[in-house]
Amino acid sequence: MKLIFERSKRGRGCSILPECDVPVVLPEGDRRERELHLPQVSETDVSRHYTELAKQTYGVNDGFYPLGSCTMKYNPKVDEETAALSGFTEIHPLQPVHTVQGSLAALAKAEELFCEVTGMDGMSFQPAAGAHGEFTGLLLIKAYHKSRGDLKRTKILVPDSAHGTNPASASMVGFTIVNIPSAPDGGVDLKALKQAAGEDTAGLMLTNPNTVGLFDRNILEITKIVHESGGLCYYDGANLNAVMGVARPGDMGFDVIHLNLHKTFAAPHGGGGPGSGPCGCKDFLIPFLPGPRVKQAEDGYRMSRMETSVGDVKAFYGNFAVVVKSLTYILMLGKEGVAEAACNAVLNANYMMRKLEDLYEMAYPGTCMHEFVMDLGKLKHETGVSALDVAKTLLDYGIHPPTMYFPLIVHEALMVEPTETESRETLDTVIAIFREVYRRAKEEGEKLHQSPVKAPIRRPDEVQAARKPVIRYEFTEA
Amino acid sequence: MQYPAELKYVKSHEWIRMEGDTAVIGISDYAQDALGDLVFVNLPEAGDSVTLGEAFGDVESVKAVSDVISPVTGVVKEINEDLLENPQRINEAPYEAWFIKVGEITEEEEYLTAEAYEAFAAEEAEG
Repeated sequence: MKLIFERSKRGRGCSILPECDVPVVLPEGDRRERELHLPQVSETDVSRHYTELAKQTYGVNDGFYPLGSCTMKYNPKVDEETAALSGFTEIHPLQPVHTVQGSLAALAKAEELFCEVTGMDGMSFQPAAGAHGEFTGLLLIKAYHKSRGDLKRTKILVPDSAHGTNPASASMVGFTIVNIPSAPDGGVDLKALKQAAGEDTAGLMLTNPNTVGLFDRNILEITKIVHESGGLCYYDGANLNAVMGVARPGDMGFDVIHLNLHKTFAAPHGGGGPGSGPCGCKDFLIPFLPGPRVKQAEDGYRMSRMETSVGDVKAFYGNFAVVVKSLTYILMLGKEGVAEAACNAVLNANYMMRKLEDLYEMAYPGTCMHEFVMDLGKLKHETGVSALDVAKTLLDYGIHPPTMYFPLIVHEALMVEPTETESRETLDTVIAIFREVYRRAKEEGEKLHQSPVKAPIRRPDEVQAARKPVIRYEFTEA
Repeated sequence: MQYPAELKYVKSHEWIRMEGDTAVIGISDYAQDALGDLVFVNLPEAGDSVTLGEAFGDVESVKAVSDVISPVTGVVKEINEDLLENPQRINEAPYEAWFIKVGEITEEEEYLTAEAYEAFAAEEAEG
């Protein structure tokens, strides 16, 4: 398709913006020497351009989207409706607090409810998304040890199945990473953890259920080992969807967490963002929380800052509208609904797993949580068809492929997370497609190396895209 | 999959060739195949120390970023700068595309023979 710049024709324009009737006051020397390279297009061109783009995309509004570890659940439209209310949108972060009491009440309510779900005591909504929330949580851990004069705690323990963002965030905060191997059952290897935990341990980062879709049964023992060494426990909220309303990170022994509102709490993500990665903590860490926090006083809501705060991690209150969407979501579900959603997410994943396990080898057989990992190593060995080939072939059937080659501890991994918002009929259709693809892998494996054949873009050259990315339009005229 | 008999190997999938007191280190055919097409390589600088069992660099493929683990403790004498510009050389010829040369070696991993490593890699491939 044409880029918007390729549709541009000098002198063409649309009536969306009125003529500028304000005199230009910039001094001569500060003005641009050349015109900005903006596309000059009519409203028709703009509209068609975006419609064409939209037709090439695929999202939860189009169909099944089992991107493991990403929780691509349906985003209820009512969330958009509340977030678009003028009381939330036609405000400015610097206007007097007594004129934005409703918005402050929403933030306070969100903090209360998300603390309730996670077993935390305080939360900041400043972090813009998941990895930013991790970064913030680790800043709290660092500030805590520093406040006690405990300066030798420089190491963060991370299981080898963790999201890549975990070691990356810890490294950004200045910690050294210690990799903890997984036990054969996919959980944390307790012996290795005991060996690694010590007086230089700042903390442990963990998801539970973990990255292979299993609830770590030793979780209380794990957090105890870390606490006894003097470290803190950080909960990566990536997989909270499996346990929300059922089990709380705070009760598992975690001290600090982040949530992905754009995963677990149904705000849009994957290009539809922005995200929101609130950072929650137990009482003793609240003094370090970033940014302004809402407090209820006698005469209404106020903003206050912690004296020992780690400082702002983003301007103002983070992605406020996203918080409103997730607050709507959780209020619509209610206390029972939150737990029911988690249970259905687990049920859907197990249903799919059981219906596929006679063909596809499961990396960790048994009951899974909200997602499961298939190991296509054997299939690749026998037929030459890799996890990549299967993923690309699924595109031809009009569904989004699962996450591939993650977690890294499974070599030909496909990680499937159906989420709770898919019906049994959808799951049955998708199961039939997965089985059909398996049959084709066995019978006509060669063909699958060419997939997809129906998608607008076949197989992009990923090597060239990584090595020599073209990320800027080259204008032919000066 | 090729495993030249004159090289030594370690379980973290690096190969080692001794040139006098210097260890030449790269990654195995199995490793490059498992990683897929490589797009970036990070190497230490000459003069840096490397430690047995710790990462001295990383390789990024279209799938993932992976550490490259040092099978020895010593000091980097030379790095293969060509790889920084042309990481595909590792996919094309893993045993010619050496990463670093290490001298002043004080500690070495227990090496595997080509035969033992091949058996280990086959086992890992099966899962």
